[in-house]
Amino acid sequence: MISTQLPAIVLLLTLLSAPICSMIRNGDHAWKLAMFAVWLSVAAAFALMSQVWGGTTLSYHMGGWPPPWGIEVRVDELSALVLILITLFGALVISALRESLRTVMRSHRHSLYYATFLLCMAALIGITITGDAFNVFVFLEISSLSTYALIARGRDRRALVAAFRYLIMGTIGATFILIAIGFMYMVTGTLNMADLAQRLPEHADNKVIQASFAFFTVGIALKVAVFPLHYWLPNAYTYAPKATTAFLAATATKVALYVMIRFIFDVYGVEFSFSQMRLDMLLIPLSIAGILLGSMTAIFQSDVKRLLAWSSVAQLGYMVLGVALLNTSGLTSAVTHMFNHAMMKAGLFLALAAMIYRVGSSNLRDLAGIGRTMPLTTAAFVILGAGLVGVPLTAGFISKWYLVSAALDKGWLPLAALLIISSLMALAYIAKIVDAAYFQPVPDQHQNVRDVPVSILTPVWVFALLTIYFGIDTRMTAGVAERVAQALLSVAS
Amino acid sequence: MIEGLFNYWVVIILMMAGLYVVMASRHLVKKIIGLNIFQTAVFILFISLGKVSGGTAPIIADGFAVYSNPLPHVLILTAIVVGVATTALGLAIAVRVYEAYDTVDEEDIAALDAEDQQRDNAVSTVTDTTS
Repeated sequence: MISTQLPAIVLLLTLLSAPICSMIRNGDHAWKLAMFAVWLSVAAAFALMSQVWGGTTLSYHMGGWPPPWGIEVRVDELSALVLILITLFGALVISALRESLRTVMRSHRHSLYYATFLLCMAALIGITITGDAFNVFVFLEISSLSTYALIARGRDRRALVAAFRYLIMGTIGATFILIAIGFMYMVTGTLNMADLAQRLPEHADNKVIQASFAFFTVGIALKVAVFPLHYWLPNAYTYAPKATTAFLAATATKVALYVMIRFIFDVYGVEFSFSQMRLDMLLIPLSIAGILLGSMTAIFQSDVKRLLAWSSVAQLGYMVLGVALLNTSGLTSAVTHMFNHAMMKAGLFLALAAMIYRVGSSNLRDLAGIGRTMPLTTAAFVILGAGLVGVPLTAGFISKWYLVSAALDKGWLPLAALLIISSLMALAYIAKIVDAAYFQPVPDQHQNVRDVPVSILTPVWVFALLTIYFGIDTRMTAGVAERVAQALLSVAS
Repeated sequence: MIEGLFNYWVVIILMMAGLYVVMASRHLVKKIIGLNIFQTAVFILFISLGKVSGGTAPIIADGFAVYSNPLPHVLILTAIVVGVATTALGLAIAVRVYEAYDTVDEEDIAALDAEDQQRDNAVSTVTDTTS
């Protein structure tokens, strides 16, 4: 019985516990409630994945109203994978959050922080499972608003400016998406995504739909931080409170990428997006520029947090490139890398948060010799970093492998070479951190630094071990991604 | 041409004016105002497309057969709430920015940020511990 209600339950768990959390004054109790809600969501997400495994689609009618009149919740393998990404990585970050917040925030504030965090998670889950275009906009705004609030909690005053800039950019992006949805509604008279997908092809020559597509592309590109609209990302990630960055880096842009894939392939349709509007001509150069510029800038950063933020710009470039290459390997790599990169970046930012917890700075100079003072944390960091570079037997290798084979499938040798060069650039910036951590002398003021408490160390190591696990067992990542890619591409042809 | 599409021309003008203010203004609060004008333009766009010519309010009554489409209005109620929340949060952040920087001018803030950056690079401060 309960299994048929799962799509609603996975959303309501976090959505309802957020306001309850905000009313609990004791921060510890709020944390326990948050933990209970998110780990149950993780279980629900895995249960949903097992229900749709193999390629079935669940359709749940909210309030019993059949679509296209009522709001439909749709879960297929792609959304189930994104659900696992949000809930599992969010839950791991929340597990570390209590210890991480203890030193920096007075405890009566904690409950509000957890409430905002849960609200953000609920909204991201909502975006992932909803089958209604307008719902996507509403949830996108809820998640963005809570993200701005979380970023503004950073104590450095630059966090405020970063949050404000993100608010302006994010609102413009979301409003563009709203315009796009309005235009679609204008022509078709429906907001249900499956219904839209059926009705849009006959209007492919309609200028309103073409304008809608343009608005949508710009709006979502802002949210995904596609170069040159990535301007908000480095500062937002750098100045957000430590553990929050791990959650944001893992989820916000990935879910936006999911919306991009969903709309481009399912709603507008491959035929319209790529054959008629030539989206690939736009996205391929931009993503390549993003990859090169992001990696290049990352190499020259002395603040590790900013370095990782710039590396995110480059890695998002990989995902968008995978989408734009428009073949099975490319799309497989985009979906796989979405999951893998979320895992690795969340782990890296969390390990970095652990270092900041002890050292008090994320500057390379202060992290000198940290491999000796905090051996366990740094070892996890190195494993995750290796994943980012794409060393075999780590998750990053799988997604990059698919991306390079996508370039080779197209016969674009220079592109494949370029991807390998950019991996070397990733190696350069990770090596820079490893060099500081293991081969530099420990500064005097950090001589008595120890490893972090178990409650932070465990999530960090879970991320590191998952990175290795998904580098070997790819049934859930690349396996699902391949089926998703075939399904998305076959709709058109 | 203008007569039939009057609402849409208003939408275009408001939208461009709003976006221009967001981009051209250095004052953070003015940016928020521009953002509001921009969003309002979109609200008007939605409400205009719900109008059915000759239609009346969508309440079933004798003697009326044509009704306006109420759905866009409902959507925009939600969007207005979102807009209000965005404005509130934006203004709250602007107030915090004013407290922290003593100015809400974007270029002054950028100059102060550059100073912060230099200080970070010069000495290994502990700015990030408190985040």
